[in-house]
Amino acid sequence: MIKVRIPTPLRPLTKGQGEVDAQACTIIEMIDTLNASHPGIKDRLCDDTGELRRFVNIYVNEEDIRFLMGKETSLKDGDEVSIVPAIAGGTSCQT
Amino acid sequence: MAMMKALVCRECGKEYPTKAIHVCEMCFGPLEVKYNYEEIKKNISRKNIQDGPHSIWRYAALLPVEGPIFLGPHAGMTPLVRARNLGAYLGLDELYIKNDTVNHPTLSFKDRVVAVAITRAREMGFETIACASTGNLANSVAAHAAASGMSAYVFIPGDLEAAKVLGNLIYKPNVVEVEGNYDDVNRLCSEIAGEHAWAFVNINIRPYYAEGSKTLAFETVEQLGWRTPDQVVIPMASGSLLTKIWKGLHEMKNLGLVDDVRTKINGAQAEGCSPISTAFKSGRDFFKPVKPKTIAKSLAIGNPADGYYALKATAESKGSMDMVSDEDVVEGIKLLAQTEGIFAETAGGVTIGVLQKLVKQGTIKKGDVTVAYITGNGLKTQEAVIDAIGRPHRIQPSLVSFEQTFKVGKQGVVTHD
Repeated sequence: MIKVRIPTPLRPLTKGQGEVDAQACTIIEMIDTLNASHPGIKDRLCDDTGELRRFVNIYVNEEDIRFLMGKETSLKDGDEVSIVPAIAGGTSCQT
Repeated sequence: MAMMKALVCRECGKEYPTKAIHVCEMCFGPLEVKYNYEEIKKNISRKNIQDGPHSIWRYAALLPVEGPIFLGPHAGMTPLVRARNLGAYLGLDELYIKNDTVNHPTLSFKDRVVAVAITRAREMGFETIACASTGNLANSVAAHAAASGMSAYVFIPGDLEAAKVLGNLIYKPNVVEVEGNYDDVNRLCSEIAGEHAWAFVNINIRPYYAEGSKTLAFETVEQLGWRTPDQVVIPMASGSLLTKIWKGLHEMKNLGLVDDVRTKINGAQAEGCSPISTAFKSGRDFFKPVKPKTIAKSLAIGNPADGYYALKATAESKGSMDMVSDEDVVEGIKLLAQTEGIFAETAGGVTIGVLQKLVKQGTIKKGDVTVAYITGNGLKTQEAVIDAIGRPHRIQPSLVSFEQTFKVGKQGVVTHD
């Protein structure tokens, strides 16, 4: 099981919960799983082409996924994932 | 006052009320203050500004506060120094240093943004102010909180310069040293900000806070006699300062305070942390975050929040970006000190180093009216230069000892009858 920390702007989709559990092997799979239980979440995190939006930062155990494998970053049982909006502008995920 | 209309998402344009929020709920884009420029235009004039207080608050109509109470009443209106010696050395006819090493009260440009942030935070009813900082911001938040009677939490990375740590503790905020770099601090604070009803100046107050940087553009134009410079060189950490200087110049034009903006915006970073400059040089409009490794700790943001917009502003202005090594940073600090008598922190060394590079490349030309933004004070980053500036001459308290050490001879010595 993966623990996912949800930022304030997405909490309306998680019934106010700041943390939810998910079963997934990669980040993109995690997003799909979250979307199944909390419909709409994928549209908020990804653009029309399925890429992560420019202003979304995702961390696995405190490490930015752009230093790992991006949305293909693999996950294992017990990992903690944080979804954090970039503070102002932000970065593109086209790494 | 109350010239703010709304907060608006810079990406999708969705509007929000002027509350303590910073992210668009729909697309996560950053929110920016939207003003009622038509109303502002009715009342603003060069004369009204010049008759205003000798601080950033002379531009209050263009700042996101309701007033009339302004906290941080002395921030801004720092000297614009005509740098004749450095100009001659570099081969520039008209070079100026915007000298925020003497900003009030904590000797960096952050006093501008914090004055705006704390004023707005108080207007919105907050009692606790907080920030994630590479040092200067924390110092300014701590001092302004003390003066305003607010409680403060400042979060800093674990490897800051001693003077920047001390420069927090003396004001007695809660100083939280996080084991990690600034990007770790920032991420943690984003999560803390979601849990506590605090005014995090660079998170939920950021749309207001960032606007304070525009005053560096306003003052430059006013101090140049209502002219815009041809070239500016700006240090980049998050990239926000550069973006806001560009915005400020255009606001002045749109309000009829200057005729035209023909300023080229140039961004400066240190090689050990140059995600924005690297993207610019490789012609990309997005950047890859980096793990910072540079003595320019105040610029050591590996995942710069406004990097995307800084790239855009620089491209729009047909400006440039570059980076310099840590050795050049130290040389830049020394050069500015030894030509103009201004002791800058490491970010200033980055700015001077890049200025020098841009002149050498021919990007900045001899006749260009050029302004270099020096944003922090060298006394806060002494570690960076301590091994590069020599030692005092130690002598006995005797004339002989002095003469032996210096051997200056009698030429030039004034003899008395």
